[in-house]
Amino acid sequence: MDSALFPKGVKRCPTWQFALWIGAVGIVLLWGVYAMLLCWLKGLNQTNMNDYYGFALWIWADLAVIALGGGAFFTGFLRYIVGKDELKNIINFAVLIGFICYSSALLILAIDIGQPLRGWFIFWHANVHSMLTEVAFCLSCYFGVLTIEYIPLILENRQIDRVPFFHNLAHNMHEVMAVFAATGAFLSFFHQGSLGGVAGVLFGRPFAFREGIFIWPWTFFLFTWSAAAFGPCFTIFLLKITEKITAKKLVKDSTVWLLAKISGWMMLTYIIAKTIDTLYWLTVTAPAAGYGAGFFYDNWFYNFGWLFVEIVVGGFIPALILVSEKGRRSPGLLFLAVLLGVIGVSVNRWVMVLQVMAVPVMPFDTWALYYPSWQEVATTILPVAYGVILVSLSYRYLPVFPNEMELNAAPAQAEAVVDEELPVQAAVARA
Amino acid sequence: MEMNARQHKFGMVIDLDKCTGCGACMVACMAENNVPFKVDETNKRDSITWMRVYKLTNGKPYPEADACFLPRPCMHCEGHAGHSPCVSVCPATATDYSSETGVVSQIYTRCFGCRYCMAACPYHARYFNWWDPVWPDGMEKYLSPNVSPRMRGVVEKCSFCYHRYQLAREKAIYEERDEVAEEEYQTACTQACPAGAIVFGDLNNPDHQVARIVQPDAHHHFTGHSKIAFRLLEQLGTNPKVYYLTEREWVRKMCDQYNFGPQAAGH
Repeated sequence: MDSALFPKGVKRCPTWQFALWIGAVGIVLLWGVYAMLLCWLKGLNQTNMNDYYGFALWIWADLAVIALGGGAFFTGFLRYIVGKDELKNIINFAVLIGFICYSSALLILAIDIGQPLRGWFIFWHANVHSMLTEVAFCLSCYFGVLTIEYIPLILENRQIDRVPFFHNLAHNMHEVMAVFAATGAFLSFFHQGSLGGVAGVLFGRPFAFREGIFIWPWTFFLFTWSAAAFGPCFTIFLLKITEKITAKKLVKDSTVWLLAKISGWMMLTYIIAKTIDTLYWLTVTAPAAGYGAGFFYDNWFYNFGWLFVEIVVGGFIPALILVSEKGRRSPGLLFLAVLLGVIGVSVNRWVMVLQVMAVPVMPFDTWALYYPSWQEVATTILPVAYGVILVSLSYRYLPVFPNEMELNAAPAQAEAVVDEELPVQAAVARA
Repeated sequence: MEMNARQHKFGMVIDLDKCTGCGACMVACMAENNVPFKVDETNKRDSITWMRVYKLTNGKPYPEADACFLPRPCMHCEGHAGHSPCVSVCPATATDYSSETGVVSQIYTRCFGCRYCMAACPYHARYFNWWDPVWPDGMEKYLSPNVSPRMRGVVEKCSFCYHRYQLAREKAIYEERDEVAEEEYQTACTQACPAGAIVFGDLNNPDHQVARIVQPDAHHHFTGHSKIAFRLLEQLGTNPKVYYLTEREWVRKMCDQYNFGPQAAGH
């Protein structure tokens, strides 16, 4: 029924099957929308947050999706600035994931603030000393950049592309994409860093506070570094899931291996820096404020296990797998590595938000533990459902994966397909 | 104006050996500042108490058991050069450090409820309005006209009864005086304390009782000269303007984290 909208030469599931899939995910989405409306209309009393847990599940989700969405800026940086041309095969998907992550982050922030209608105050009454101000400005601008990067993909839909204006617009936008990739990398460096700075500058919270250079605590650089390292992991992770669901090969192995290799080296260098930072903090920074090394992990829930999972299980192990050629070329190990990487960076964001709140600071205070309300869970799952729908729609109607046809053609047809398509691609390129 | 040329540094000293934990300061604060309350206030983590009294115990068995009540208002931290933990993080400049008075203010109509300041405050002195304030029938008539009630979704905290300072200053200007006298500007909790445990005034004015008791040393991060004076979590570098006095060493050590961790709980 909607086959005229499919990218040329690819196969998609029947409309009824697709509608059923979207309907099922849509129910989850509506559940999240209902919870979101409750929070907006009745206020944040719908959550289990309290005065000890002013930052909770949402802020973690926000930081996590921004880190995981870092694959867009870093892949764009590698493709357009460094010149890794091979990554053109995955850049569309990376941009799509980044767009989903950043739009989700903005939505979560809109739910999280107590007075959503005053959200614009952060721009109007901006405090230049606040890391959150920098986050707001760079995040919003970068979302604009991601939108600009995503638009050409929409314009390349088979029917839209027939309109000469849209065809030429998409082509010209592609031509100047390096400018936006550079802008995105610049903005991302600052907002990813500022998100790390949000926790690192809290000198009243010894679990979060870090020293640094000038106004930037070490967490500023660690957050940027980790987003660049783990973001591509998330892109590969979702790619593998998409390939599994669609039962198709969507990106060349050589592309995935290249991205995995770069990601692995970034992870390895990051996790070494993170280990040094942690040791310095535990032995110098925190004791200077009156807190011993074991103090922050002296709880049945928040114990040294978190540190182990973050640094070893979610850091060193995936990094070592990905830097090894044998490791990244093994489908099983590759998937394990990107999964562990996603867990590792998410744990890092978790402890830098929730454990910061949990640790008692006043000596006569106690650990503050918290569990989210169903409204918080539903609104956190909402972006996941939204993401699944957007990936599904994009995959079905947009040429997200330029090598899909080539990689999935039957052996006998492969040559014919390539022969048939090459002149068309060449013509588009000439145009 | 000439009287504004002088930099005040309003602060407080609380004698923990005099405090009986009666809670009069908390009640006076709530009444004075139109602090909203809920029908069920048992969950102290979402109830608003600008002034909160904590109970500290030394954790020892009888006969060495000892308890101490510690009233905790906002510390009005100066940090380094006015960069108090909460002020510098607020993205919308909804909280400010006044170099004229040393008071950390909160602009309720500008706060959009991101709660970053709450995350930054180690004293848990900042509170979020999780609900709209609901007053029992007729009680609206007893609200203070000098303090605006806060709406749902914004952060609020102790202001050192700043409206009282404004009223006192207006009176001084009207009477063509340069200075607000010590007794003209006192916080509600100070006046309500039956044991006289709370003393309030200008730490920069050597004639004020609070300055005579504390004698803050400007060359050593404003620590008090008295051996029995301390500030809560002094090692964090928040530079608070609320000083505590106690002869009991275990209290002093506990409150400045000398002992690496909680020695006692309960509040």
